[in-house]
Amino acid sequence: MAMLEVNNINVYYGSIHAIKNISFEVNSGEIVTLIGANGAGKSTTLQTISGLLRSKTGSITFMGKNLGGIAAHKVVSMGIAHVPEGRRIFQQMTVEENIEMGAFTRPGNEYEQSVQNVFAHFPRLQERRKQIAGTLSGGEQQMLAMGRAMMSKPSLLMLDEPSMGLSPILVDEIFEIIKAFHDSGTTILLVEQNANKSLAISGRAYVLENGKIVLTGTGKELMQSEEIKKAYLGG
Amino acid sequence: MEFLSYLISGLSLGSVYAIIALGYTMVYGIAKMLNFAHGDVIMVGGYISYIAVSYMGLPGWVSVIAAMVVCTVLGVLIEGLAYKPLRAATSLAVLITAIGVSYFLQNSALLIWGANFKTYPSVISGTLNLFDNRLSIPYVSMLTVVVCIVIMVGLTLFTSKTKMGKAMRACSEDKGAAQLMGINVNRTISVTFAIGSALAAIAGVLLCSSFPILKPTTGSMPGIKAFTAAVFGGIGSIPGAFLGGLLLGVIESFAKAYISTQLANTVVFAVLIIVLLVRPAGLLGKYVPEKV
Repeated sequence: MAMLEVNNINVYYGSIHAIKNISFEVNSGEIVTLIGANGAGKSTTLQTISGLLRSKTGSITFMGKNLGGIAAHKVVSMGIAHVPEGRRIFQQMTVEENIEMGAFTRPGNEYEQSVQNVFAHFPRLQERRKQIAGTLSGGEQQMLAMGRAMMSKPSLLMLDEPSMGLSPILVDEIFEIIKAFHDSGTTILLVEQNANKSLAISGRAYVLENGKIVLTGTGKELMQSEEIKKAYLGG
Repeated sequence: MEFLSYLISGLSLGSVYAIIALGYTMVYGIAKMLNFAHGDVIMVGGYISYIAVSYMGLPGWVSVIAAMVVCTVLGVLIEGLAYKPLRAATSLAVLITAIGVSYFLQNSALLIWGANFKTYPSVISGTLNLFDNRLSIPYVSMLTVVVCIVIMVGLTLFTSKTKMGKAMRACSEDKGAAQLMGINVNRTISVTFAIGSALAAIAGVLLCSSFPILKPTTGSMPGIKAFTAAVFGGIGSIPGAFLGGLLLGVIESFAKAYISTQLANTVVFAVLIIVLLVRPAGLLGKYVPEKV
């Protein structure tokens, strides 16, 4: 049984049918990527999994439990952390307070160890722990959003466009950290427009177009697919 | 000496405004709504305290606790029954509902306690006389200022040090992201209303101790003034509400003393308009541009 099973979900924004009968799965220990253009429904899919949006039909099961009707704040303690599009860190709170909020569902006695683990991945956050988060650079904010999510000790980490708006060097750094999280045993569901980088680290990937899955395969297969090369890899 | 006396009565009045404004501003900060029924919760607090002292013969401090308990329950009920179902509605719908709740409370009070004024029993009496009796400060004024400072410091510590307080700030910035952290947003909003309403009860008792006339519309004008104070200081900001409340009280007191009693409110609101023209976000408010 897969860790995350998404079965035929349909999601609407008012009368707009944003997600059309999407099904996919993520197995424990995998890195799975959803790629697709703007508006294909990638973020909507993640938001439906984390409970911020509701699917009208279909089901989502995580580690054998149905997520239907479970409030977003309860999904976190089941083991899913979601780093949303645009990072959405708490701009007016300090770096450390953001990290504390990430550990909201966890018992207080494991905080010190978790925070050291996050700082080991992101030494720059440690340097800036007292700084107001809104004053961080884009790359640092992305790191904070990822570190904050890791504080909940997720089994599944969902990342929505972690490379968006970052310089090539920072993009490399972020992808290295994603690999490191994966190596430490976290399953990753990644949404990316940077198809090159994401397919290179993914075991499997799904291609979304207009709310539907149009193609699936291993990362390598998709990187060699003519269609993908043309549409997402720049020829 | 007269000046000092007006200043002290202004600070005392301003402290009451500040305590009410703190409730307004916290609810606005977290629920992003203007709870126009907040002033009427003050009135309920005043009546509860009045009943406890005058009819049941309880000591003053017990009546304060009784008022706080009743108002807390009332605040949570109002939020749960009237505002929570409108979480996804437009802000205008919520605003109109808040006005409706305000009238509901006023008219319920009219029905239960009648239209006649009640004379609030002085819970704290006596004055401190200084400078050969040329300056007398009522104890209630001093208590009001002290209570206000304690509340302001307490709230600042609560929101900066405790887990629940930080969760409130997180909700105030981004409810979606707060949910992704595992924060129960609905519960956080309920707690905010509970705190705001308990503060309203304290404000009700202090207000009635200084101005001992209790009627169903008692809370309405102080409510509007406190809302003004919150906007004046920068809505959503706790120190802003404190500063705004104190300034408003002092301006009102001086306007009454040196300009005209009838024009006092005109002066107060004129100052508000001028401040908002210069600083649209209020004295301590931050102007946060919308990110696209």
